[in-house]
Amino acid sequence: MATLRLEIVTAERTVFADDVSEVVAWGVEGQLGILPHHAPLMTMLQPGDLLIKKDDEEHYLAISGGFLEVRPDKVIILADACERAEEIDVERAEAARHRAEEILKTRPPEMDTAAAEAALRRSLARIKVAERRRRKKGI
Amino acid sequence: MASTQVLRRRIRSVQGTQKICKAMEMIATAKMRRAQDQAMTGRPYAERISQVVADLAIHSQVDGKAHPLLQKREVSKIAIVHITTDRGLCGGLNANLNRLVANFILEQTVAVTLITVGRKGRTFMLRNGQDIRAEFTGISDRPTLLETLPISRVVIDDYASGDVDKVYLAYPRFVTTMVQRPVMETLLPVEPTVVPPIQRVEYIYEPAPGAVLDQLLPRFVEMQVYHAILELIACEQSARMVAMRSASDNAKELIEDLILTLNKVRQETITKEICDISGGAEALA
Repeated sequence: MATLRLEIVTAERTVFADDVSEVVAWGVEGQLGILPHHAPLMTMLQPGDLLIKKDDEEHYLAISGGFLEVRPDKVIILADACERAEEIDVERAEAARHRAEEILKTRPPEMDTAAAEAALRRSLARIKVAERRRRKKGI
Repeated sequence: MASTQVLRRRIRSVQGTQKICKAMEMIATAKMRRAQDQAMTGRPYAERISQVVADLAIHSQVDGKAHPLLQKREVSKIAIVHITTDRGLCGGLNANLNRLVANFILEQTVAVTLITVGRKGRTFMLRNGQDIRAEFTGISDRPTLLETLPISRVVIDDYASGDVDKVYLAYPRFVTTMVQRPVMETLLPVEPTVVPPIQRVEYIYEPAPGAVLDQLLPRFVEMQVYHAILELIACEQSARMVAMRSASDNAKELIEDLILTLNKVRQETITKEICDISGGAEALA
């Protein structure tokens, strides 16, 4: 089976580097799946979950924005922040979500609602990834 | 010759200094490992992002008009991001960088303004009457990208508003534990590395090349600043470790010399006393 080389790097570290069979990410213009031999592509990512398929396994990661580049030889994701499901601090994400929702509900004039919306999306992505992992473990 | 009492006091004082140096050396050693790791793990991202920028920059030139952060302008004012440590006792690290930047400033015919990171560089530049646009101190030993964003913000804003036409980044680069080299690089305008034509590929852009560049270039600048600070911390800890090691070695030597002198002095006193006693006894006999 054909595979593609995937590298996920953040400013602080390399999160993931392996050969995988498929990547599904949230681009700014919607969800996109990348299979081996994809045409060169450059896109921005929105905060969301990232699915990596390797053999029959599925891995989920939470990404808070960044860039995705499909090169002829590999796929590079430059993430602002990226966590594997097991690294996510659910309580912190929930707290961030409540904070963001509160700001969006009350809309205080001194607060930046765009920043709050972005924070909300980031926290939702984390919660989603963490919950999926919990469910999978439950089965 | 000094009295034994003075010598003993001197030895105690040097021993105290030695203990402090030793402790600082050990702290620096512990921090150095982590700082070096962090500087190394940050490199892949820096490399990847410059690859991506290089790919994109070629494309943007095709569009006719280059992105503002890529455009070369006539230089009438230069800004230097001067990155030094907050604390001293790390050998010639800051002095070397200060000298490099100072020489550079002296060579310039246009106005130069500084953005200093770290107390040491700021003090030096202030003393020499340089114009300081902004100063940042108190960067932690384990900085996150978030901590360094205000620095890049100032740089990008000043460049975008046309206040400055060229920005340099000056920082010590970590080579090995023993060697740190002060370097100066152009930060803005962004100079993409040249990709050989064979490696050029046509990309699909989502949403559009311009929009991607708008996001990517500031990120690239932020990344370079962040990376420079990681390098600085790795350098700082390594330089301090080396400096403190030679300081405690020197202290050890000094103590040995002092003990030798002390023993000589003591022995001399004893000999003198014996002479006196035996001389006295002879006189009585």
